[in-house]
Amino acid sequence: MKHLVEYRDADTARRLAAEISRIATRPWAIMEVCGGQTHSIIRHGIDQLLPAEVELIHGPGCPVCVTPLEMIDKALAIARRPEAILCSFGDMLRVPGSREDLLAVKAAGGDVRIVYSPLDAVKLARATPGREVVFLAIGFETTAPANAMAVQIAARERLANFSLLVSHVLVPPAIRAIMSSPGNRVNAFLAAGHVSSVMGTWQYPPLAEEFRVPIVVTGFEPLDLLEGIRRTVIQLEAGRHELENAYPRVVTERGNEAAQAVIAEVFTATDRAWRGIGVIPESGWRLADAYAAFDAEQRFDLGSVTAEESPLCKSGEVLKGVIKPNQCPAFGRECTPRMPLGATMVSSEGACAAYYHAGRTAHGTRLA
Amino acid sequence: MCLAVPGQVESIRDEAGIRMGRVSFGGVVKDVCLAYLPEITVGDYAIVHVGFAISKIDEHSAQETLRTFAELGILEESLAELRESDPATEPGP
Amino acid sequence: MEPGSPEIDVASFSCPAPLRDRPLVVMGHGGGGGLSHDLLEHVFLPAFGNPVLDRLGDSAVLDLARPLAGGGRLAFSTDSYVVRPLVFPGGSIGELAINGTVNDLAMSGAEPLFLSAGFIIEEGLPIAELAGIVARMAAAAKRAGVAIVAGDTKVVERGHGDGLYLNTAGIGVVAPGIDLGPHRIRPGDAVIVSGTLGDHGMAIMSVREGLGFEAAITSDTAALSGLVATMLAACPALRLLRDPTRGGAAASLNEIASLAKLGIEIDESAIPIAPAVASACEILGLDPLLVANEGKLLAVVPATATDTLLAAMRSHEHGRAAVCLGRMVAEHPGVVALRTVIGGSRVLPLPIGEQLPRIC
Repeated sequence: MKHLVEYRDADTARRLAAEISRIATRPWAIMEVCGGQTHSIIRHGIDQLLPAEVELIHGPGCPVCVTPLEMIDKALAIARRPEAILCSFGDMLRVPGSREDLLAVKAAGGDVRIVYSPLDAVKLARATPGREVVFLAIGFETTAPANAMAVQIAARERLANFSLLVSHVLVPPAIRAIMSSPGNRVNAFLAAGHVSSVMGTWQYPPLAEEFRVPIVVTGFEPLDLLEGIRRTVIQLEAGRHELENAYPRVVTERGNEAAQAVIAEVFTATDRAWRGIGVIPESGWRLADAYAAFDAEQRFDLGSVTAEESPLCKSGEVLKGVIKPNQCPAFGRECTPRMPLGATMVSSEGACAAYYHAGRTAHGTRLA
Repeated sequence: MCLAVPGQVESIRDEAGIRMGRVSFGGVVKDVCLAYLPEITVGDYAIVHVGFAISKIDEHSAQETLRTFAELGILEESLAELRESDPATEPGP
Repeated sequence: MEPGSPEIDVASFSCPAPLRDRPLVVMGHGGGGGLSHDLLEHVFLPAFGNPVLDRLGDSAVLDLARPLAGGGRLAFSTDSYVVRPLVFPGGSIGELAINGTVNDLAMSGAEPLFLSAGFIIEEGLPIAELAGIVARMAAAAKRAGVAIVAGDTKVVERGHGDGLYLNTAGIGVVAPGIDLGPHRIRPGDAVIVSGTLGDHGMAIMSVREGLGFEAAITSDTAALSGLVATMLAACPALRLLRDPTRGGAAASLNEIASLAKLGIEIDESAIPIAPAVASACEILGLDPLLVANEGKLLAVVPATATDTLLAAMRSHEHGRAAVCLGRMVAEHPGVVALRTVIGGSRVLPLPIGEQLPRIC
């Protein structure tokens, strides 16, 4: 695949890693706020190529991990209704709610369907006029343009049986919350490349300035990640704290303005609870009042949902980078990938799942 | 949160007022919504997330990046080799 | 009937009159009476017919004296098949059912001989569709050199059967001296795969509602008994064979590591994956190592025999793309480790549940 495999060259990766080793003279903790980047780091074993001085902290960049428990429980409640078809991205199917997950509801007879695009859910609504099609619209800014267009199309076609359960989260408020967290160890951020392709990079300089942290917009392939890390370490060593774009083939300073315009029309900012972290002000998007008819939370009387997180789960501390997964008392004991207590153990890019699997080798790192 | 993959636009059409395209990802073809990239044309590459093209890939910029990678570390490696073969050699500026 | 052939012509395939009168399977077809007999006479016997089956005894009586002479042992296996859609690029539930059980027997080093076929049919399935699948099964059985000697049909009410469920059980014979199993594996042994991974699962995915895409990806369903015979002849020191079906190569490799109580180290850049399969996996966020295969096998062999075995495999139609993936190691027993394409490493865990597409 062009524009993909070129960025997986082993020799170049080695040279980038050697370069990072050469320039890092002190310990640095760098956080990536994007589940896709975490996934790539784990998949390619990028952290093993880095010198001991450079520590990667996996941040709360995975919608799976941070979608509030209440929202999962609402999705489960809707899925249990006989008239509803709950459509979702595959990522969410195994995330535990207070008592069960979407797969369990499906097994018990709920109509739960995996879709690749929100447009598939719209198509389904057109095809099944007698059923209520609800799309679980989670995601960061990257997914918002798609979800917004789905709503606009539904509005234009006056689709009466289509609605969204919205739980969008935003990156810049998350960065602010992490940097303001007691116990925060983060020295710099790798900013999410695809979020930035939509939103641009203009939101980051004020954050870099306020918290005196380098913010480097980074891609997803191994060479992109290593390059982002390299530029970050250069800044850290030089005492700089600026925004830098290490993914210029996809990201521009203004971002995709057509997408931003549609987002601005369909969504509006709201306080959002991040699972394990708590409420971060203005950190999410909900449907704008003009589109209230498509809001599943209003369409379905779900009552008050009291969500119960396991008291043992320390996902929030892990997501903020305050503790490492293996510092959680339940890690590997009450909480394993097979029986996860929290989302960070369920998700394939959850920090806890990553640590769990990596730790099973005798030495943890550097396999032959 | 951002599994987005590069694909090449093979054809573009209008579907009920929405710009759609057939995009090829290394031989696998999917229908993709192009509404957010009004300037994109057949032959261009774009990053696609959940069935929507969200950014065009700038070829020139991509070449630049790859060139930077190619040059990176070469100087250091040559110097290291030089030092190994002749310990009297001073490291360069 | 060639696999992948389009519409099955019921009229030319079996005796016309009764089937044309009743195009759909009904409850009565499973009842044991006249309707059942109709199906037997007009669908199953014409396709599967052989001297044993044609006797229509309550059970198949088989003479195995010759194959078992001199210390041969009986191998016996069963598997059930559930797939949607019933027909997909490269095959159908029919081929899966025949090849799957043939392969289970072959993985033990057995020569497959006889199969049974149990059908659980959903009321309302068009008989033409059933006949088409039966024809494919007959063709697959013929290619694999096995006879279907026993069978059964039941019909369930509409809404209970996904169209059709199949079960096949199989008998084969393991020649004396063949002893495949994890107990034979040693550190340093090579781990070999017979060809590209992920084809079957992605072929199914390509026609799956909501996730479909266009690609030249076809299921790799195939009977591997011929390949296995070639491998055993070339390399009697072969330690173990496994076919990586559900759960993909990841599941089988973990199983091997666990049973052998050894570690496995795999070189990711050695893994053969067809370009279209790789692309489709990238789009949906799937790991090809966790995707099902239906015509591939993994083999563990002493390192010194690697080249001989690869040459033998590559001379066979189902082993052309055979490569060495890695080796068994004494370190990290039970754990499969991958050296990634960029030189890092990761653990390849046992898959938990079905792998789902992701956006994250």
